[in-house]
Amino acid sequence: MITIIDYGISNIGSVANALNKLGFFFKISADPLVLRQSTVLILPGVGQAATGMRNLKNRGLDKEIIKQINQGKSFLGICLGMQLLFDFSQEGNVDCLGILKGEVKRFKLERKIPQIGWNQVKFVNKKNKKQFKEIPENSYFYFVNSYYCVPEDKSIVAGVSEYGETFASVVVKNNILATQFHPEKSGESGFQLIRNFINISPC
Amino acid sequence: MTQGKVVKGIQFVKFRDAGNPVVLAEKYDADGADELVFLDITATVENRDILIDVVRKTAEKVIIPFSVGGGIRSKDDMRQILRAGADKVSVNTGAFKIPSLISECANAFGNQCVVLSMDVRKITQNRWNVFINGGRTDTGISAIDWAEKAVNLGAGEILLTSIDRDGTKKGYDLELTKAVSKSVNVPVIASGGAGKLEDFSDVFTKGKADAALAASLFHFGELKIKDVKGFLLSKNIPIRN
Repeated sequence: MITIIDYGISNIGSVANALNKLGFFFKISADPLVLRQSTVLILPGVGQAATGMRNLKNRGLDKEIIKQINQGKSFLGICLGMQLLFDFSQEGNVDCLGILKGEVKRFKLERKIPQIGWNQVKFVNKKNKKQFKEIPENSYFYFVNSYYCVPEDKSIVAGVSEYGETFASVVVKNNILATQFHPEKSGESGFQLIRNFINISPC
Repeated sequence: MTQGKVVKGIQFVKFRDAGNPVVLAEKYDADGADELVFLDITATVENRDILIDVVRKTAEKVIIPFSVGGGIRSKDDMRQILRAGADKVSVNTGAFKIPSLISECANAFGNQCVVLSMDVRKITQNRWNVFINGGRTDTGISAIDWAEKAVNLGAGEILLTSIDRDGTKKGYDLELTKAVSKSVNVPVIASGGAGKLEDFSDVFTKGKADAALAASLFHFGELKIKDVKGFLLSKNIPIRN
């Protein structure tokens, strides 16, 4: 079962609509027990990092997410849901989940902030073929972000994009797929990515 | 949009019926639009809430970004629309009357989903005023001043509509667009006046817009989205295709 984690700040409606359109069954839940029973977890993300962490903690979800990911559960993090996986975010100067090493930084002021719009993703790691199956190189995805992730371990970077600087727009590590863009809002390319992710997850 | 139907006017009057919003939204999604913007243009003046059901049904159909506005007066209004599946919410009259609405919403939902929608008329050379209540009331405030203030309060994007050009197909107001785009460091969506292919390239190159919105042209089938995109690519303007 797929569960969209409800932590009170995200665009859960968009993610739910995408899964409905794709024909997947899912739950929306903030209950740690439901997270435990799920086979796939999705942490969506529109919102501010410090608020996001506070909401996860208030619901007892932070520890549960860490536990589930460490136990190998399939996990998709989207936008803020990607950023929260790292050690620390400059947005509200907050300690995050610390599942991935690295931090979340604000874009330099050379370009307009937030980045709002379509941007290309270059796939940089051949080992992630399954995740990117049937998605053309340099496809456009939809981004809405002022901050981006800087992973310490560069080998987890699966896709990069340019916005004044080059940043990691996709990371893949074992059971984790995380995207800075919104696959649920990125037309067919985004839908294919979600499909691929769920297809390679145990159900 | 008004009374559940898509309408398109000229300079905010003389509205023509353009069809069912959900059906149109699905069509534009399939045609390759990069974003959909719904504005409930009479919600404020009729003092009622936005048509949440139409928002929900549309959000179920489209797989591209979806921005919704009209009659937003509180953080709760905004939450309801986001919950119905919108990705961004635009504020206009409500934010002008109570500017703290912008900061409240930005703090709650993030700057990126708070769009300042402003309807603007040219008053004199290099002077544009903000109009509210569906373009009916001149606020006397300069568009540049309001844009800067709204961005300081937390607006993450500006939807800039020239009332003078709206529905006229005479091209975007390039000077206005450039003036606003240069005065703020958030994306500016130019709106009002698109009539031919060159208008789109002009608004990006000369108008310094970050995005361009068109309605009449597409509603009434005068240009196709793919033709506009093909043209922009031929002018080396990067765009999703």
